[in-house]
Amino acid sequence: MSIKTMREAINEALHQEMARDSRVIVLGEDVSGGAGGTSGQREAAGGVFGLTKGLLPRFGEARVIDTPISEAAIIGAANGAALAGLRPVAEIMFADFVGVCFDQILNQAAKFRYMFGPNAKAPLVIRMTMGAGMGAAAQHSQTLYPLFTAIPGIKVVTPSNAYDAKGLMIAAIRDDDPVIFLEHKMLYGESCEVPDEPYALPFGEAALVRSGDDVTIVAFARMVNFARAAADKLAAQGIHCDVIDPRTTSPLDEDMILESVRATGRLVVVDESPPRCSLAADVAAMVAERAFGYLKAPVRQVTAPHTPVPFANDLESLYIPSPEKIIQAALATMASR
Amino acid sequence: MQLSREQLLQAFRSMVKIREFEERLHIENPKGEIPGFLHLYAGQEAVAVGLCEQLTERDYIISTHRGHGHCIAKGCDIPAMMLEIYGRADGLCNGKGGSMHIADVTKGMLGANGIVGGGQPIAVGAAIACKMRGDGSVAASFTGDGAANQGTVFEAMNLAVVLQVPKVFMFEMNGYSEHTGGSYSTGAKDPVQRIRGFGIPVFEADGFDLFSVYDAVRQALEISRNGGGPTAVYAQTTRYYGHFEGDPMLYRAPGEVERLRAENDCLQNFRRRVTEAGLLTAGDLDGIEVEIRALVDHSVVAAKAGRGHTPAELLTNVYASY
Ligand SMILES: Cc1ncc(C[n+]2csc(CCOP(=O)(O)OP(=O)(O)O)c2C)c(N)n1
Ligand SMILES: [Mg+2]
Repeated sequence: MSIKTMREAINEALHQEMARDSRVIVLGEDVSGGAGGTSGQREAAGGVFGLTKGLLPRFGEARVIDTPISEAAIIGAANGAALAGLRPVAEIMFADFVGVCFDQILNQAAKFRYMFGPNAKAPLVIRMTMGAGMGAAAQHSQTLYPLFTAIPGIKVVTPSNAYDAKGLMIAAIRDDDPVIFLEHKMLYGESCEVPDEPYALPFGEAALVRSGDDVTIVAFARMVNFARAAADKLAAQGIHCDVIDPRTTSPLDEDMILESVRATGRLVVVDESPPRCSLAADVAAMVAERAFGYLKAPVRQVTAPHTPVPFANDLESLYIPSPEKIIQAALATMASR
Repeated sequence: MQLSREQLLQAFRSMVKIREFEERLHIENPKGEIPGFLHLYAGQEAVAVGLCEQLTERDYIISTHRGHGHCIAKGCDIPAMMLEIYGRADGLCNGKGGSMHIADVTKGMLGANGIVGGGQPIAVGAAIACKMRGDGSVAASFTGDGAANQGTVFEAMNLAVVLQVPKVFMFEMNGYSEHTGGSYSTGAKDPVQRIRGFGIPVFEADGFDLFSVYDAVRQALEISRNGGGPTAVYAQTTRYYGHFEGDPMLYRAPGEVERLRAENDCLQNFRRRVTEAGLLTAGDLDGIEVEIRALVDHSVVAAKAGRGHTPAELLTNVYASY
């Protein structure tokens, strides 16, 4: 056990699974880098955010594959390799680039098993960075997990900390279905205690990050930190919150959310995505249908606005939900009745 | 090919604008006031200028993530670009686009683009509009060594040939695609032949030499402006800075950039050619450098003091009317 950043924890998971299972391969743009360069140094990158460092020297070019800039071919090749018995971990550098290869996810990976029957399994993982906060603007900052969650046949993972990230990555690689694994850029440097040995965390089991009787706050990825910060401040005012991190949006741990709402009667959902067809809307609808009688106040959604992600720092910080907005939403649920 | 004195001065001015702009951003960026990623164009000036000097405001270009040079060459306003890069409300795109998404549609500049390969099909569409107007205008796109392997680029090349539209594909090969050498990711032994395979005539150019690029573009435009369909220019060049600002460039041999700067800089090459031929004097060129340095200087000062946004501005321009 030692303190590791989320970057280190995911990297360790990749190392351990590649060592354990020779069917695991990694492919993507600059996952090692340096090929064809004039310095002669391979692994000049190890992934643009350093997530795949050390894999090439350890496992070699046959299993750590630098690709051209060809997202449709990357995910298509990962699909085919998975159908043919490998366990590919493909990288799409920024989730936004999924636009280039969406067919391979939407119509191919997601549907093999259903269309072809259970012998057709596609155990691939697609790693993507996501999220705003770096001034990277409209084409490099989206969260997009609501889009993926809406596709039957795809599992979607949204870790909020290093410990979960490692266990969920290992589970993703071992899973027999296609998994989209979304890494929030602003969380890469965040650290916590992470066991050195491999471990898998089950999909569809939320984490209760903080407990309290007054308000249920459900938050995703980076928003879990914001929800925890908001809950700390609310506790100082005597308002105690359950903070739930679903960890995977598909499958979603509906039971933990429902159980909490039945106890608190109040729900705030925090989602860094725009509001329409968001996870916030999804959870709110689920609770409205299945726990309506327990609600003491209207459900509050704290989301980004219905706009692309702006470039300027001042606008970007208005765009991203803040702990302050979560506090206001929780107080609003306390105010009704 | 003979350029007039005015054309020579104008081309040099445009190259100096790009160089000074980028060198200054390299100095300003570490101060932490510029959001997001910066991909600098220094070293490649002759490519953008060799093309854009022969375009008018009726012609279109579409750019890439490394877009400052293309924008400047197409006539985008320098102070407005600087405001944009600093994320100010008065920026060329209201501070919402930033370095990777600068555009000035009124000048036929259809945008820098954060998606590699996103622009080339868009330029085919602009070329359809040019063809329908029948005024001899063209659309051009810039494509790097890395982008040249994106499926969208292949589709755009094929569609342009099928439709016989006035489209110029400018390939600017700076030798790298992020941290990977350009040669690694292109399977074809002869990438020029690959473009010809689509049915597109290709004119090769030395991207370190404005005159070479200018000449190749001139030949391409002669075809595309006169109903001959799409053409391509293929130019070798280099970039002086990392893929993005902050890139340690572990993939490049030590001293490679310094050697290229000393021995094969496109601005120095131009200066030598025109002064040795007696076309312009060192004084002419120095004067332009002083003038542009002042312009960039004043742009940075103005950008640092630029206007921030009101919260309401977050919600504008999502739709025609919101
Ligand atoms: C669809 C997509 N894939 C990947 C990237 C990340 N990326 C940005 S620039 C770049 C390399 C581009 O190389 P090249 O086309 O040679 O242009 P250069 O940077 O050399 O100007 C990559 C991989 C992206 N922005 N968009
Ligand atoms: Mg390149």
